[in-house]
Amino acid sequence: MEAEPNQFSGRLANLTEVTRQLEATGAMASESGDAFQSEVDGVNEHSILGYPETRRKFIKQVAGTSVAIAIGPNVLTYASASEPVSPGTTAAASAALKVNLNVNGKKFALDVDPRMTLLDALRERLQLTGSKKGCDHGQCGACTVLVNGRRINSCLSLAVMHEGDEITTIEGLAGGDELHPMQAAFIEHDGFQCGYCTPGQICSAVACVKEGHANGDDQIREWMSGNICRCGAYPNILAAIKEAKTKTRA
Amino acid sequence: MTPFTYSRASDAGQAVTAISGKPHTKFLGGGTNLIDLMKMGVEAPDELVDINRLPLAQIEELQDKRVRIGALARNSDVAEHDLIKSRYPVLSQALLSGASPQLRNMATVGGNLLQRTRCYYFYDSAFPACNKRKPGSGCGALEGYNRIHAILGQSQQCIATNPSDMCVALAALDAVVRVHGPNGEREITFGDFHRLPGNTPERDTNLAPDELIIAVDLPAMPFAARSHYLKVRDRASYAFALVSVAVALDLGPNKKINEARVALGGVAHKPWRANAAEKKLIGQDANEQTFHAAAAAELAAAKGYKYNSFKIELAKRGIVRALSAVAEMA
Repeated sequence: MEAEPNQFSGRLANLTEVTRQLEATGAMASESGDAFQSEVDGVNEHSILGYPETRRKFIKQVAGTSVAIAIGPNVLTYASASEPVSPGTTAAASAALKVNLNVNGKKFALDVDPRMTLLDALRERLQLTGSKKGCDHGQCGACTVLVNGRRINSCLSLAVMHEGDEITTIEGLAGGDELHPMQAAFIEHDGFQCGYCTPGQICSAVACVKEGHANGDDQIREWMSGNICRCGAYPNILAAIKEAKTKTRA
Repeated sequence: MTPFTYSRASDAGQAVTAISGKPHTKFLGGGTNLIDLMKMGVEAPDELVDINRLPLAQIEELQDKRVRIGALARNSDVAEHDLIKSRYPVLSQALLSGASPQLRNMATVGGNLLQRTRCYYFYDSAFPACNKRKPGSGCGALEGYNRIHAILGQSQQCIATNPSDMCVALAALDAVVRVHGPNGEREITFGDFHRLPGNTPERDTNLAPDELIIAVDLPAMPFAARSHYLKVRDRASYAFALVSVAVALDLGPNKKINEARVALGGVAHKPWRANAAEKKLIGQDANEQTFHAAAAAELAAAKGYKYNSFKIELAKRGIVRALSAVAEMA
């Protein structure tokens, strides 16, 4: 069935809203490691909920085609011949270095240009696009990830500095289909509008609670000041962190 | 970012060997300032020696009650350490007032000592005039937008400010910087570590190009338990200081001032030890009148520019307020 333009744009908007919520909280990308691994193994399996780049590629694709699409997070599939991405490829001309990263519980051996930041390695090489590049200068916190349990700005750290490190991104917070309490709390309290800062906010908030710096509104505000939200969702982010703090994870 | 080669140092001696005689080689610590400057095109090393795996992150008490902070101790770990919080609260407060939790988890003590100015004209490699970035090219800030710039100790060559909070506390505490060079170790007293711009603003410190900072020593200073860091900035958190004040007071009976330590941030090319203010404090009663006199003495030589003259009065009020806070401590 050919979608009417107005119907189509309505559906696209609907999809955007759904994926906004899912992606912002990391839910959409929660199994990205598995999807990625299966792709490395030669299995091209593209489920929109399991493949972190799907939203970008999907929107790019629907912009240039009029193929009918059934909208809904559980039935969305598409069949483009997307090229598999290998973690072993080298992008730049300068001498590549090998680095072993443990990302969300999975081990990756990458050859990287020494200039490649941890953020770029996660996004461009491992397709973990949940961590966002906002300012790329350590000023906004959108790139926040946990390294050996501590929150850092992955945009100001080189990938080669993290040999053997354990890295947790927004994609690694959920336990299977069960959201991390912080992710659930951000959805519950609508702790975002555009969602761009949200993966960094959530990673930072998880660390903030774990550090013991979530005791009261003022302390949370101070210890979350490294994460900027230009939509101004701060009151809801604060509410989400306060609620998540009360919930222990099984 | 221009290409560079990368290696990891195995020990301090090997790190120093790796950098000796190579002016375009730099040590890589937390990277929070260096990598940013490399992205901006301000720094363009052709080789980085990663020192993060050297065993220099200890914070420990020495036998003579001094406290030694390893150069690779992260800002967050120093700020939260019991020895620092109990004996040198001014240092803990200064660290926690700087940057963000994420950056403090990355930034090292050694790297913080070597932080470069956030002068807009220095940071913008497309701007032609900056004597610090390109010696002899002029100073864009002198006649430009100089709101964050220096009011003390500046030269016609450069009116940049040192951006560190930690260093202001270390200046007040008479810290000593321990460095490892080709000829072994040496100590640099804190007042001699950073430089005023003079005619060589391209040099921030007196560290030699082939020296590695290995530790910062804090002297045993019981009265530093009565210390405080006041930071004044454009927003409540996560901003550089317009003016900051580190103070410690040794008060005798009837609140007579036996010893005083005052240092200022955001006002000069180096963390500014307020010697004139300290002279006015010692031997006097700790009261507002004394504090005003000390503040006036310190800022007597201050010179403001088009957009930063407010800092002179701000620094005076900051000194009075920080001293008052410490005097009122139990």
